[in-house]
Amino acid sequence: MGQPSRPLEDLVVVGNGMAGMRTIEELLKLGGGRRYRIHVFGAEPHVNYNRILLSSVLAGDKSLADIVINPRAWYEENGITLITGDPVSRIDRQARTITSASGRVVSYHRLLIATGSRPLAPPIPGLELPGVSAFRDIADVDKMLAAAREHRRAVVIGGGLLGLEAAWGLKQRGMSVALVHLMPNLMERQLDEAAGQLLQRDLDRRGIAFFTNGQTEEILGRERVEGVLLADGREIPADLVVLAIGIRPNIDLARQAGLEVNRGIVVMDDLRTSDPGIFAVGECVEHRGQVFGLVAPLWDQAKVCAAQLTGDERALFSTRALSTSLKITGIDVFSAGALTAADAGDDEITLRDDSRGRYKKIVLRDGKLVGAVLYGDVSDGPWYLQLMQAQSDVSGLRDRLVFGRAFAEAGTGKPPGIDIAALAEDAQICGCNGIAKSTIVAAIKAKGLTTLDEVRAHTKASASCGQCTGLVQALLAHEVGVGAEVPAAALCGCTRAGHDEIRQAIRARGLKTMAEVRAAFAWSKPDGCHKCRPALNYYLLCAWPEDYADDPQSRFVNERVHANIQKDGTYSVVPRMWGGLTNPAELRAIADVAERFHVPTVKVTGGQRLDLLGVRKEDLPAVWGDLNKAGLVSGHAYAKGLRTVKTCVGSEWCRFGTQDSTGLGVKLEKMCWGAWTPHKVKLAVSGCPRNCAEATIKDLGIVCVEAGYDIVVGGNGGMDVRVSDPLVRVAGEAAVLEYTGAFLQLYREEGRYLERTAPWIARVGIDYVKRRLVEDADGRRALHARFLHAQTFVQSDPWAARAAGSAAQAFAPLPALAEA
Amino acid sequence: MRDTLTWRNVGPLENIPVRGARRLCLQSAGRPVAIFRTAGDEVFALIDECPHRRGPLSEGIVSGTIVTCPLHDWAIELCDGQAVGPDEGAARTLPVRIIAGQIFIGLPTVGGGPA
Repeated sequence: MGQPSRPLEDLVVVGNGMAGMRTIEELLKLGGGRRYRIHVFGAEPHVNYNRILLSSVLAGDKSLADIVINPRAWYEENGITLITGDPVSRIDRQARTITSASGRVVSYHRLLIATGSRPLAPPIPGLELPGVSAFRDIADVDKMLAAAREHRRAVVIGGGLLGLEAAWGLKQRGMSVALVHLMPNLMERQLDEAAGQLLQRDLDRRGIAFFTNGQTEEILGRERVEGVLLADGREIPADLVVLAIGIRPNIDLARQAGLEVNRGIVVMDDLRTSDPGIFAVGECVEHRGQVFGLVAPLWDQAKVCAAQLTGDERALFSTRALSTSLKITGIDVFSAGALTAADAGDDEITLRDDSRGRYKKIVLRDGKLVGAVLYGDVSDGPWYLQLMQAQSDVSGLRDRLVFGRAFAEAGTGKPPGIDIAALAEDAQICGCNGIAKSTIVAAIKAKGLTTLDEVRAHTKASASCGQCTGLVQALLAHEVGVGAEVPAAALCGCTRAGHDEIRQAIRARGLKTMAEVRAAFAWSKPDGCHKCRPALNYYLLCAWPEDYADDPQSRFVNERVHANIQKDGTYSVVPRMWGGLTNPAELRAIADVAERFHVPTVKVTGGQRLDLLGVRKEDLPAVWGDLNKAGLVSGHAYAKGLRTVKTCVGSEWCRFGTQDSTGLGVKLEKMCWGAWTPHKVKLAVSGCPRNCAEATIKDLGIVCVEAGYDIVVGGNGGMDVRVSDPLVRVAGEAAVLEYTGAFLQLYREEGRYLERTAPWIARVGIDYVKRRLVEDADGRRALHARFLHAQTFVQSDPWAARAAGSAAQAFAPLPALAEA
Repeated sequence: MRDTLTWRNVGPLENIPVRGARRLCLQSAGRPVAIFRTAGDEVFALIDECPHRRGPLSEGIVSGTIVTCPLHDWAIELCDGQAVGPDEGAARTLPVRIIAGQIFIGLPTVGGGPA
């Protein structure tokens, strides 16, 4: 035909949104770039961005640049022709061409429609007034931000996910916000009545005014919007009205082209429309009667569509159970599947704690979990979703399921419901070490592994943080069968006895040395190993503070040399800064040390002190000597012990401060420093509920309020973030000190070595801790007294002793004397 | 004439902590050397670098005749320097003698040296 034959087929994508571009990304991954010449038409003048995060841009948590998914360079690098600001206006299926609004005509072999959705507008007067906006794209956000700068009052119409996020964003931008919702309950499609009411209560407290059962009659105004009139006659003044009542698939183009449409563009499981040369993905499609507003199924569609475009006809789309969450800081909502029992055959189980603002409901059908609604504490959401998607039989867990994963799995010895066989071969099991399922399975098969320790040793899976231990065990059981050893909670490979058993015997039988303990439990190795020796050393130290002589050779190097070993064998040195306070003399001493010893890096730590990194071991005593002269002592940054007490400036300076948080932090640190604990311990004191010291993710935190001090425990930053549990509110500093000492002593006596407070409390339950500390005042005082007694043996600066020459051999290399 | 070692006295056994180790000032072909002492007063000398990431073995915990590297917990057998399975690798060992309570370490003589 005169034209030279092209090596590539043309793929035209109508829509430069998330679903369309995800499909292209998947297509490129499958090598589709060699087959297709790709043309993308976008109606908006922007590159591809993450629409879900528009609410974060509105709230000021993110900037526009943060939400760009693919910059122009990505299109260029992949040979994609991108035409923005020029929507496709016509499809000619006969000629296989599209025509854009500006008149461009491009022919296609395959067409992908990803036109998304458009906001629904209610049929009411006043929609055209300036100051009325949807909440759908960047232009809308710009309009809302401009209004927030110049005006004061906003009304959001629609109490669903999008409306609530819009309301919160505008509130964050300083507007006074009212929200009108047609239904009696917020987010009624995702939340049941109880959770919806908790949500409304919490947002009401944050200053959003709600008009539920609110039918909007008219948007009022002459030059510009002035208010909203409800059907019951109420009038709400407004300078900005945001419509967020829902979305509707954008199907005009498809309908005009004669494709089958219903609510959306009808697609089959292979994501082809009624024309087999035309595919559709995203919010514009209707699949088996369902339309889509959440992102997870769009990602699934993108994968399937890309596979189909490269000729894999086995790739088929099906919907899975989905979950929803709300992006409002500090408000935790999770919802998946059924909200309520559909009939008498279904069971609802609810757990409700109004004063703490927590609510959980699960829905069971035929022994399987089919729905979960969580409010306040959503940490078990992913687990519930996993159980739903795997359609696991949970009837054996029925009594415990609503209490969450930790409780439900306690005592079962194995994680239920994880369908190991269904996990993809390349699914990453161990995030720390980047170990995939296939790697672990291969090692188990090739080396005949039968125990968790063996799998750890050969693959490193679950050998770092241990979060994935359950998964690795399940994999092992799956591969090896029922013969797999269920690892007992033995202290180490030298013994079959567990931590608690050994500790109990140490006290009950008066065992006072490691040798006695090893003899009592028939240790397999006379010396023990590098796992049991530090544990026993700690247990003996904790049980017999007066008598037990610490064994430095059973300590990890950091605790032996009182500094942190670095990857190159040098050390880091962190002096204590009480409550995060310092002064010119201390800073000068640190600066002098850094210069004198050529310290390559000085860094501010997360615990409000300074870290000198790269100190040579033989210099440590001299470094400490210099620091000591300025009054600086060991910060124990290397210890399984008290690390820091982080504080904010509190009532001494801060206009919001309610108590002297800094002073209290210093007192706490003076009381607690030097204590050895099962694992590291961090404290914090915040002077008001704004919580600038992040006290709620510390092992023990104090949040000061006008009425006193809220003590919270068991928080943890790090890889498995855990928000602390409230323990008690007390009136004075003396009580704070007593509770803190008692809490630390309880942890010292009952936490297992290398178990932080967060997993310890997850294991024993906060109620147990409350029973021991809050309900039993005598017990608390006794614990506190034992803590103070133990402290009298450890509160001497280890640096001062070593700077003065103690254990000098541990720091100096051994000189050679003579040749023989 | 096979003796190409130079024996160096590195001091009395008491200088090395029981179930512990010390690094030496001297090196072997530019690499650090450490002396290890077990609970039973056996003495070993190894190049002070873990075969994994060259961590200082002398800072590890000594149990029996095994030292555990402080960086990533590799276990090294002191008798032959071999990593304990399943890890694979070895730290070089050097000959040691105890003469009248003094530790002597045999260093290869550079360039063959005087025989």
